[in-house]
Amino acid sequence: MRYLPLTDVDRKDMRDAIGVADFAALYADVPSELLLDRPLDLPRAKSEMEVERLLSAMAKRNLSAASAPFFIGAGAYRHHIPASVDHLIQRSEFLTSYTPYQPEISQGTLQYLFEFQTQVAMLTGMEIANASMYDGSTACAEAALMAHRITKRRKAILSGGLHPHYTDVLRTISHFAGDEIVALAPDVQAREDIASAIDDSVSCVIVQTPDVFGNLRDLTLIADACHRHGALLVAVFTEAVSLGLLKSPGEMGADIVVGEGQSLGNPLSFGGPYLGLLATRQSYLRQTPGRLIGETVDADGRRGYVATLSAREQHIRRDKATSNICTNSNLCALAFSIHLSLLGEAGLRRLARANHASAIDLVDRLAAVAGVETLNESFFNEFTLRVPGDAARLVEAMAERGVLAGVPVSRLLPQAGLDDLLIVASTEVDTAEDREAFVAAMKGAL
Amino acid sequence: MLDHPKESAFETFSGNRGLDQEEPPIFEIGRPETSGVDIDEPAHLEPRLGALERKGPIGLPGLCEPEAMRHYVRLSRKNYSIDAGLYPLGSCTMKHNPRLNEKVARFAGFADLHPLQPQSTAQGALALMEELSRWLLTLTGMSAIALSPKAGAHGELCGLMAIEAALEARSEAATRKVVLIPQSAHGTNPASAALLGFQPRVIEAGADGVVSEEAVAKALGPDVAAIMLTNPNTCGLFERNIVAIARRVHEAGGYFYCDGANFNAIAGVARPGDMGVDAMHLNLHKTFSTPHGGGGPGSGPVVFSERLAPFAPVPFLLREGETLRLVEHGDGAQSFGRLTAFHGQFGTFVRALAYILSHGADGLAQTSRDAVLSANYLRVALRDVMTQPFGDRLCMHEVLFDDSFLEGTGVATLDFAKAMIDEGYHPMTIYFPLVVHGAMLIEPTESESKRSLDLFVTTMHDLIASAKRGETRRFTEAPRYAPRRRLDETAAARKPVLRWSAG
Repeated sequence: MRYLPLTDVDRKDMRDAIGVADFAALYADVPSELLLDRPLDLPRAKSEMEVERLLSAMAKRNLSAASAPFFIGAGAYRHHIPASVDHLIQRSEFLTSYTPYQPEISQGTLQYLFEFQTQVAMLTGMEIANASMYDGSTACAEAALMAHRITKRRKAILSGGLHPHYTDVLRTISHFAGDEIVALAPDVQAREDIASAIDDSVSCVIVQTPDVFGNLRDLTLIADACHRHGALLVAVFTEAVSLGLLKSPGEMGADIVVGEGQSLGNPLSFGGPYLGLLATRQSYLRQTPGRLIGETVDADGRRGYVATLSAREQHIRRDKATSNICTNSNLCALAFSIHLSLLGEAGLRRLARANHASAIDLVDRLAAVAGVETLNESFFNEFTLRVPGDAARLVEAMAERGVLAGVPVSRLLPQAGLDDLLIVASTEVDTAEDREAFVAAMKGAL
Repeated sequence: MLDHPKESAFETFSGNRGLDQEEPPIFEIGRPETSGVDIDEPAHLEPRLGALERKGPIGLPGLCEPEAMRHYVRLSRKNYSIDAGLYPLGSCTMKHNPRLNEKVARFAGFADLHPLQPQSTAQGALALMEELSRWLLTLTGMSAIALSPKAGAHGELCGLMAIEAALEARSEAATRKVVLIPQSAHGTNPASAALLGFQPRVIEAGADGVVSEEAVAKALGPDVAAIMLTNPNTCGLFERNIVAIARRVHEAGGYFYCDGANFNAIAGVARPGDMGVDAMHLNLHKTFSTPHGGGGPGSGPVVFSERLAPFAPVPFLLREGETLRLVEHGDGAQSFGRLTAFHGQFGTFVRALAYILSHGADGLAQTSRDAVLSANYLRVALRDVMTQPFGDRLCMHEVLFDDSFLEGTGVATLDFAKAMIDEGYHPMTIYFPLVVHGAMLIEPTESESKRSLDLFVTTMHDLIASAKRGETRRFTEAPRYAPRRRLDETAAARKPVLRWSAG
């Protein structure tokens, strides 16, 4: 076994040193009836070449995004990742290190997380950010719990433009935590009246922009309404690149900003690992879940970094902790931060504009398809189409023509009766030919 | 950009020490107009952004590619890692991370796959999830699995939610609000229970370090929803009364949640399903070698007994003949709902399966045995110079000492740990489990050669002798050979600086 350094001679020497005759004696504390006395019905070890061949065969049974014109978004986005990003995150010292419990020999991790926190705070227009969460959806649930702790109220209002998976996650956690959520009906064109649903019992209002249907939302009036009633506004995004072009949630009055950071530096990877972002006001610092990195000095007065304020966390507060989260998405945060450092402000802005331009081009080409209607007045790189008939069947038919066309709303909201809606995303990786292929496949499939 | 040294403590003009180079934050080396990515400005863009276009600057620094390479390479060299040396962090299982796992996770058919593309175009990915599920269910002897939990603590929520859903189905959710948790448990256990509205009730372990059937029986009542027990426990001991404890809990109408963080001691050797476990999370980033990346991502699939299987979260897999289908909505069944967007840490599933296939069932059992062998080897080699809180007895994959051997030396546990850094080791876990005063928890894992273990033992003997000789400065001034000396954590917490700002 290539991963095990001990030889049989070593094992015998070590058993002798311990004073046990065999492995059974080593497991003497395990009641003998629990020890397996027969081989499990599972295959034996494989060589590196065999494993690679087997997994390669599995991978080839999937239609990868690069092998077809590709227009799927709805919470996860395909972007170009510079080669240096993946190279750097695979350096042993990043990849194979653990949580920075010993700051003196974890300054690499601690410094890049400090840089990451600063980048996320800047991008969202907020005062502080944490060192990342599991993903956007769980960050969103944590934001609701955080709002409950701050306001001492337990009712969250969810916009009908919130990603349905995020709504589902909130439903689950609220049900078990004994909180109340009011999920507004799916809101395809961002016309819901959230403000009138807010009263003095509300802890937070959760609104996504761009929303799951691609609409951009001005949060200013909702923020005002929240603040009049002592509630917090939680702003959600699933496409971090949009923040390069759009007014930040902080500028629009958000109190907590959460989002999915997969778009920068992280591959689609069939849904994970992804990167939860959470930013907020300095005054909510002690109610913030997750890990926080702070600047300090060492015994020689040199600048250095440590994980800090852990008195809020489970390893000290246990059942009184602000959250049970003990891990973060560190390596994904590193990929995000490297990609964003490489882009810089100018690059991020150009990337965002390229995305927007690509989506505009696709929308304009779709005007030529009879029976297809674009529902958005504003959008970033994603929008919703009303198609004649069943959108899920259309997507399958277009896949057979070699085009991955988007997400039918029925996949996310099977009971909503919105079977003729299709969410389509276009990013900088799509070429004009890809967009033309989309239009041609759609015409052919309809 | 060079800063003049401010303190005489710097030996050099630059603050660098040869290959140990200082590196300022990106905000002091980058500029907003610099970019390391070539993207063309789109021609004729008339934005359709409503009136929501950003006006002012963000302030984000940019680095061109060589600057970025150098920045992150320099930062990387300020980190300890398992590839660099022994990382004996107890309960963290820092074992070798095979690079084959990284290679296969990057196959285009896995990495470049969207979670919402038609399931007909992702059958290979679903087959991979099915194969991983088969292995994990067989190894644990359990009935059903939820792959979606994102980390161990997320898995705890998942297991407890299934338990509460089962209690709801029995109309006992309102009356059973207590979860029994041993004092030695991971802090996430009580935090997870409390988050879901349960009241943690502490169970004391016996003088032998394990929970007794009697202690559990005494704590049981009609208000108890479940017990959360870590096995092997955080003292490195197997909870040998586990079968009787499970029976008692079941008889009292409760469920048995097992914290599976230490499954690596028994994988392929014994099955939690045979111990009466109802739900248990598996840390793929520990037992199955997926790299921890400095703090994440983790992955915490949960396995369920037959009694809890109907309540498992969505999504889950269904095989329909040749086709696999991912059930993404409750469809009116008893599933308690959704824990996260999409399907979990798929990239981690690929890595874990590569590791599992590389070992096979035989190799996994050998891995567990070697982990236990190495820990006991260290125990025996160190028992004469260190102290064991529960007496001299066999341990599982990690060995627990306490700091009473340092009494009277003027060296604190923390100082001792920092001196290990100067010797080139990552310190062991200290001050955990909380149930032992001055705990030192050492987990060598199966990845260490006998030579590496012997060197570690020799170093520990030298350090201990040094402490006993009264050479306190070797400890109190440590580390001296690290990118930073001791950092002022009090100052960091008192006046938190959580982001860079100019000046």
